[in-house]
Amino acid sequence: MKSLAELAAIREKMKDKVILREGSANKRVVVGMATCGIAAGARPVLNAFVSEINAAGLSGEASVTQTGCIGICQYEPVAEVFEGDTKTTYVKLTPEKVAEIVEKHIKGGQVVQAYTIGNADK
Amino acid sequence: MIRSHVLICGGTGCTSSGSAKLQELFAQYLEENGIADEVKIVQTGCFGLCALGPVVIIYPEGTFYSRVEATDVEEIVKEHLLKGRLVERLVYNDVGGDVEVPKDVMVSLNETGFYKKQVRVALRNCGVINPENIDEYIAMDGYAALGKCLTEYTPEQVVQVITDSGLRGRGGGGFPTGRKWALTAMNKADQKYVVCNADEGDPGAFMDRSVLEGDPHALIEAMAIAGYAIGATQGYVYVRAEYPIAVRRLQIAIDQAREYGLLGKDIFGSGFDYDMEIRLGAGAFVCGEETALMTSIEGNRGEPRPRPPYPAVKGLFGKPTVENNVETFANIPQIILRGADWFASMGTEKSKGTKVFALGGNINNTGLVEIPMGTTLREIVYDIGGGIPGGKQFKAAQTGGPSGGCIPANLIDTEIDYDNLTAIGCMMGSGGLIVMDEDTCMVDIAKFFLEFTVDESCGKCTPCRVGTKRLLEILDKITEGKGTLEDIDRLEELCEYIKANSLCGLGQTAPNPVLSTLRFFRDEYIAHVVDKKCPAGVCKSMLMFKVEADKCIGCGKCVKNCPVDAIQKTDYVAPGHKLPSVAIDTDKCIKCGVCMANCKFGAIIKE
Repeated sequence: MKSLAELAAIREKMKDKVILREGSANKRVVVGMATCGIAAGARPVLNAFVSEINAAGLSGEASVTQTGCIGICQYEPVAEVFEGDTKTTYVKLTPEKVAEIVEKHIKGGQVVQAYTIGNADK
Repeated sequence: MIRSHVLICGGTGCTSSGSAKLQELFAQYLEENGIADEVKIVQTGCFGLCALGPVVIIYPEGTFYSRVEATDVEEIVKEHLLKGRLVERLVYNDVGGDVEVPKDVMVSLNETGFYKKQVRVALRNCGVINPENIDEYIAMDGYAALGKCLTEYTPEQVVQVITDSGLRGRGGGGFPTGRKWALTAMNKADQKYVVCNADEGDPGAFMDRSVLEGDPHALIEAMAIAGYAIGATQGYVYVRAEYPIAVRRLQIAIDQAREYGLLGKDIFGSGFDYDMEIRLGAGAFVCGEETALMTSIEGNRGEPRPRPPYPAVKGLFGKPTVENNVETFANIPQIILRGADWFASMGTEKSKGTKVFALGGNINNTGLVEIPMGTTLREIVYDIGGGIPGGKQFKAAQTGGPSGGCIPANLIDTEIDYDNLTAIGCMMGSGGLIVMDEDTCMVDIAKFFLEFTVDESCGKCTPCRVGTKRLLEILDKITEGKGTLEDIDRLEELCEYIKANSLCGLGQTAPNPVLSTLRFFRDEYIAHVVDKKCPAGVCKSMLMFKVEADKCIGCGKCVKNCPVDAIQKTDYVAPGHKLPSVAIDTDKCIKCGVCMANCKFGAIIKE
């Protein structure tokens, strides 16, 4: 180790890998992973959230976890995005929709209205 | 892509309750369920809550699972990691006090009763990072303090920061660390040394082990900083061979640091060279004394030598040496990074920062806690420690192990720091805190610690070698019911003599447990010698097991269980009972207590 820059480079590279354990994320994505969710394709959705958030370098911003049955099985796969007291419920998700949500909502702060539960039956 | 981390405690406590097996099983079930590449298993150091081990934490949720057994792993993988449902029966969410949290509610680690009053500085990475991975340490700002010292500070400035922080030695003595460094830096020599005392010998103390196991790089970084500050290029860690996991992880850490050039020549291009080695101790308690420790590193029998000269002048191999304990070192990088003022803002006037205590004895949450100096004993025992098992009364707490003393119940609101403990005849010691309930005999406790020092006295000086042995003989006499009031006076006289005349700290502090119990529990000593009674019912020679005839229904269970046939039926049938009651032949009785433990009717008593 010959310089502080070398050390800083390792720190930056590793920071994302341990940040999961700090609970500092201010956005929380919760994917419904009950039997109904998994059957409807929640696993690829969950993985898409994780990889899109990582790819966008937002792993310190948002955490991704799973939860059990949210109770709206007809809309699965479902994910909820928590931010402070507000909650946005996205329904009938696909990995493609996830990419858009990460880009617009997680990164840009704009809710993707088209995929929310309020617009599901329109 | 990793979405979840499973942290499994790999400290000595959890390893002995099976955590290594858990790691294998997690790997196996993650594989079987096809999520092995989404979930990362991390083996960490000690979380501190050893009573509830093995401990598993799952992030990003921060779910704390306690007492996880091999048979639980499949359920955690399938329910929690796959479906996102809590395994409620294993969730630890005890927030302390009278608050009942429903089992299905998750509480973050920092909100639990055990953790919420803790401030983790020395233990900050324990249970958070993988100690065998230098990159994880670096991610937590590791080696940044060393970098800062080497590129921004002169050695004098480093010493000044440590002096300003008010840090005092955590190994027991409480000597100001900054002053120790300044004294060593002052002395000119062709070679100086940094030595870490990791010969943690106090029964019940294991904070040094936890740092070595959970955050070994913090020690390496701190010792390199000390080397820079005093002008030493070589360090030694003297660690007990009885700590195999700690030794292994420290060696891995040293190898990794060398590979990264954080040990070796020209660190950070500053021209500063520093390297270090491990020396194994063979388990002699006296080697925790600084001069004996250095004698042992030099390859000689571990015996203390007179001071002065102090190690700062003439230490290891006759060269100026700084010797600090593991916990002291563990604070150093944080002080450098966050500043002396930050550290000095915690604690009391003369005791700054935090202290790690190993809670043991009659307490619910046995384990490791780090608290700001000045926290009261009551908070430690009841808020953090979860109180005394079985609803029993708190009687006393022993600090400082065999060199320390006890804090009785009426002083439970004492704010714990170096000076308050010294004022009541105790000492901080390395931080073992043994809690005793109402069933503890204080004479017996003093005897227990003295047996330890008698075994561990190195024999070099007479006051310690012979004096402690005579002390123990008098205590034996008292607990056997053969003591007299003169014996108590002789105990005190001998204690003072040993304290004043022993060569090293071991002998000088050995009488403390006796003096301290005499000070606070003199009535118990008097009960032993005058009334020939042990008030706590511990000293067997003074015990008598008796049958309360009117409670005995004559079932005969005790008669069957007595190993020496000391119980027989009598002619007396108690009113309302059909069978004759029994009686104990006190001449035959060996006071094993089996009859009492097995009597369902509470008819057998001891007095």
